[in-house]
Amino acid sequence: MSTRPLLEVKDIKKHFTVRKGLFGEKGTVKAVDGVSFSVFPQESFAVVGESGCGKTTLGRMILALDKPTAGDVVFEGRSIYGMRSSELRGLRREMQVIFQDPFSSLNPRMTVESIITEPFIIHGVYPDKAERRKRLLQLLEFCGIAQSHLERHPHEFSGGQRQRIGIARALALNPKLIVADEPVSALDVSIQAQILNLLKDLQRELKLTYIFISHDFSVVRHLCNRIAVMYLGRVVELAESETLFNDPQHPYTEALLSAVPIPDPNIEKRRKRILLTGDVPSPLKPPPGCHFHPRCRYAQKPCRRDSPDFIEVKPGHWAACPIQPFRQKPSDAALTALG
Amino acid sequence: MEPVLSVRGLRTYFHLDDSVIRAVDGISYDLYPGKTLAVVGESGSGKSVHALSILRLLPEPPARIVAGEILFNGRDLLALGPQGMGDIRGNRIAMIFQEPMTSLNPVLPVGEQIAEAVMLHQGATREKAWAKAVELLKKVGIPHAEERVQDYPHQFSGGMRQRAMIAIALSCEPDVLIADEPTTALDVTIQAQILELMRDLQKEYRMAIVLITHNIGVVAEMADDVAVMYAGRQIEQASIHSLFKDPKHPYTQGLLSSVPSIYARKERLEAIGGQPPELTREFPGCPFVVRCPVAMDRCRIQDPPHFHLPGGRVSNCWKQESESEQSRHRYSPAQSAAPS
Repeated sequence: MSTRPLLEVKDIKKHFTVRKGLFGEKGTVKAVDGVSFSVFPQESFAVVGESGCGKTTLGRMILALDKPTAGDVVFEGRSIYGMRSSELRGLRREMQVIFQDPFSSLNPRMTVESIITEPFIIHGVYPDKAERRKRLLQLLEFCGIAQSHLERHPHEFSGGQRQRIGIARALALNPKLIVADEPVSALDVSIQAQILNLLKDLQRELKLTYIFISHDFSVVRHLCNRIAVMYLGRVVELAESETLFNDPQHPYTEALLSAVPIPDPNIEKRRKRILLTGDVPSPLKPPPGCHFHPRCRYAQKPCRRDSPDFIEVKPGHWAACPIQPFRQKPSDAALTALG
Repeated sequence: MEPVLSVRGLRTYFHLDDSVIRAVDGISYDLYPGKTLAVVGESGSGKSVHALSILRLLPEPPARIVAGEILFNGRDLLALGPQGMGDIRGNRIAMIFQEPMTSLNPVLPVGEQIAEAVMLHQGATREKAWAKAVELLKKVGIPHAEERVQDYPHQFSGGMRQRAMIAIALSCEPDVLIADEPTTALDVTIQAQILELMRDLQKEYRMAIVLITHNIGVVAEMADDVAVMYAGRQIEQASIHSLFKDPKHPYTQGLLSSVPSIYARKERLEAIGGQPPELTREFPGCPFVVRCPVAMDRCRIQDPPHFHLPGGRVSNCWKQESESEQSRHRYSPAQSAAPS
């Protein structure tokens, strides 16, 4: 892995002002509240969290689709928010997006061919007809789309095939970075596996870098080498994928991993679950101190008062839990049972 | 022990103007008290339509149950009229759905909706029914139930709404609970809470559960027995352990190996190629044949019947013909009379 990051996210924040009712009190939702990380070339970096944790907002800011309240995103050494619009247009060729819902992200009135080749027209590449055709056919081959489908419209396809079209469109301009926001969560498992394999093959062949936004740990484990776990707008843990699964350092990660059902009845019968009580608190009024403390089984006094620092617990393994270094790992932790 | 619910050769078709959709095209199982049977399948496999058929919640027409029996404590539900079915539905057999927001009435307090079920089925007075509503909300783990009973559904979180749905379903202490993707819309930590709640309540009430889901992890966690559906047909049935240890049908094998797990990282998932067939098309053979890695000529022309295998398992694959105990061939094969 190269030492120079492809993308750096620097203490980025996005706050939304909301009003309760028509004349109600103004409040602030801190959707993303100070997130920093770097993504290296050809990495597959995951942002994982439950609904409302801010992972999608974070993805939109990385793609310069939303302006952050504070902080910066740096792509290949250049701040993307300091760019002029012409520069930004060039940047958009370098980073592309795959959305969750292949039903609403493709224009129903366009043919498959025009969906995939639209980026060529917008960015004025492959002006030569023959070359454009060649590139189009190459994209079809990459993504496993039959040539006979080019004249069809999105509604004629199933979810998995639509996602292939969305991927082909994202690859059209030969980007370096792809932000994939829940790309397989709308798909059935047998189709999901096809798309995950495709994403993996494409990454190897085209030397892509992925930022994978997901709520599904099993999918992330399969595809990603590093993982950031988010809770209520903040990253609470960041580590290499295998490290995170084998040795989670934040109580939220630990509980989250233990809640994921494992497709093996023998393991399920043996394992003890850490059940979190209650729901995720309202992002309008997050708890003081560590946002997770009301649901945390290790919470102590300082957790209610102080926002925990994001500490490098072990080389490359970061966690935002002040009691972590003092915490004794319980023997019944689900993952120790898994070896 | 007698099964509380037996489904025998159920077929539900949708008759449209120019086509017939064979949404459920043969499913048979026995469900025992206190046990959980998972009905697994991908979108369009007919798992939800099968559940709605049991409670007769489908609009007829276009839907029509064209064949089969649904025996509840030995009584054929398909022979019951609307009145008789009304006594069963929500009372002896209750159902919870995937999206609790759309199944709760947004303009009525949650308590009212629980009390309604109690008044309807048990003839309780309003006051008693409300007291019962509070008690049920407590039981399903809603904090401050006395106050929250007055809340409207939008004031509840997704997990709490599903708890409220469970409270309504439990209000008459049903023998059978049909749970249609009960945790699919929920976050994984909330899913864990709801599944735990369902298990606890099942133990307490000795309720039988039909759990409809596409999530193999949830199946592994909850089920005693599993029925696998594909393109409207049940293609395999087995106890949870034998199914995961030794799946017989090529579709089940493909399904299980295509699931990523947090337990073990696989370099490559074994995806099943292709797409499920369209249900409007009539195919003479096995519905899985076009995607099947071990398909034979016979599979294209002849629909495999339920082969009963040792250990009480059933598989609909010609490969299992030699292993089958033909003498125990209780259910009629799929070629039986089914008007199209």
